[in-house]
Amino acid sequence: MIIAIASGKGGTGKTTVAANLAVALKDKMRVALLDCDVEEPNAHLFLMPEFTEKESVVLPVPSIDSDKCTHCGICTGICAYHALADLGKKILVFEELCHGCGGCSLLCPAGAITEIHKEIGLVERGTAKGMEFVQGTLSIGKVSAPPVIKKVKSRIKSGPAIATAAVIIDSPPGTSCPMINAVSGADYCVLVTEPTPFGLSDLQLAVGVVRELGIPFGVVINRAGMGDDEVEKYLQEQGIPLLMKIPFDRRYAACCARGGLLVEEFPELKQTFNNLWKAIERRVKA
Amino acid sequence: MKEIVVLSGKGGTGKTTVTASLAALAKDAVLTDCDVDAADLYLLLNPKIKDAFKFWGSQKARISEKKCIRCGKCEKACRFDAIEDFKVNPTFCEGCGVCCNICSQKAIDMVDTLSGHWYISDTRYGPMVHARLGISEENSGKLVSLVKKTAREIAEREGYKYIITDGPPGIGCPVISTFSGADEALIVTEPSVSGLHDLERLLKLAENFKVAVKVVINKFDLAEEKSREIEQYCIDKGIEVIGKIPFDEDVVKAISKGIPPVEYSSGPAAEVLRNVAVLSFGESGCRQV
Repeated sequence: MIIAIASGKGGTGKTTVAANLAVALKDKMRVALLDCDVEEPNAHLFLMPEFTEKESVVLPVPSIDSDKCTHCGICTGICAYHALADLGKKILVFEELCHGCGGCSLLCPAGAITEIHKEIGLVERGTAKGMEFVQGTLSIGKVSAPPVIKKVKSRIKSGPAIATAAVIIDSPPGTSCPMINAVSGADYCVLVTEPTPFGLSDLQLAVGVVRELGIPFGVVINRAGMGDDEVEKYLQEQGIPLLMKIPFDRRYAACCARGGLLVEEFPELKQTFNNLWKAIERRVKA
Repeated sequence: MKEIVVLSGKGGTGKTTVTASLAALAKDAVLTDCDVDAADLYLLLNPKIKDAFKFWGSQKARISEKKCIRCGKCEKACRFDAIEDFKVNPTFCEGCGVCCNICSQKAIDMVDTLSGHWYISDTRYGPMVHARLGISEENSGKLVSLVKKTAREIAEREGYKYIITDGPPGIGCPVISTFSGADEALIVTEPSVSGLHDLERLLKLAENFKVAVKVVINKFDLAEEKSREIEQYCIDKGIEVIGKIPFDEDVVKAISKGIPPVEYSSGPAAEVLRNVAVLSFGESGCRQV
């Protein structure tokens, strides 16, 4: 079962929910945690994995053989990202703009374009507290997170049999391509929010995305009791299941701040996270 | 004209709270929200929209069922897994046009897509340029550039001294666009392992730009030891920490009421926020509230 933990707004507690849910489950079933927040991967700070494998994520960018190039103008004409410019004597490649679509090398009639692999990120795999742990990291200065996210998720196929395991995806915030790549294909999506106008506004956007993707979903309210009750009213109106509430508590905040796990330090929360899993399982199987 | 961008690396550290407070205090600024994915600044600044524009951000492929002979060449060539069973999945199509270019039947068109909207508005504090990216659309970087360009034009035309920008989280495409051309980055962090980790990555990215960096630690008293660690880290890097904002329930109350925190109370958080504004715009550049 693949469960994506996402949110529109950043900093609502996605990683807190993902890491603690994983730890709460690990004695009951096989668990894999995939950190797909590749711009700012944080789950490792809480789970301290030991990595045994490392693989770089590469983007194929064009390399042009000036001797073969006839300056026919096809490659510069078809590149949708304006990553190629003809300077007369040579073709200049703006690697930062290239999406690696392969169109130029495929269509060059002179066979002057080959592709070279540019590293844009890293995927590491190992174990943490007896669980499988996979993490993607976007290289600093690189723009494109989705290829790194896809590479992390490609580990799902080679991982433990999905039916008997819980695969938990820690998604990036937002509602655009990185978040969509992270949550697509999940059996269920948990949207984490907080009871403030910001939390509500961004939750509504995230609900729009998961509805469009057709993924069943429910909501976790973190720091409950801190703001107002508009989020709960919205959930009731929309008939969206409220899966769990984590109350605001300075002790919880302090625990997360130093990289601690709530389910290890506060026994009452271990039960709360177990109940969260039961609620998810019931809904996926229904 | 000076462009100050508020960024954080980690989400939810308080960028919008800080931006709205600076906006409410600056006498002479154009305001922008570059978190086009999950824009929230409007909730505190209450803009009145003057002009709304469509953002045609990208193209998507469309296959004509009539012309398609089901040869499968396009599906094989698409590197974004956006074609399946001779149909385009617009969510994954990146608009590269490879399918359209290789189709022997000319059965594929590239169609302009409405990717979002952007707005020029008035607020009580000055003009505001903001945007909303459509659900599951891409090209957020391009929309950020458009918002920033418009804000610069307004500032130049109408003689504003500052542009204050609420930025997106992360370090990817929209953040890189937000950094571009900025004079100063005000980074809002929080005292946690994640806050520090993400701050480090954002600072490394900032090194690629000609931008002065200053740091604000939000809710510093929720984990004072971590807060000291972050301060020491900044000192070692030669970066100035210009404010340590305490956890203050008045901030949450202000947000719930849709008011910039500095206008809601004169509590401990508001006091630090005011001081950050004075350090940014000078005493004479700040409004009394």
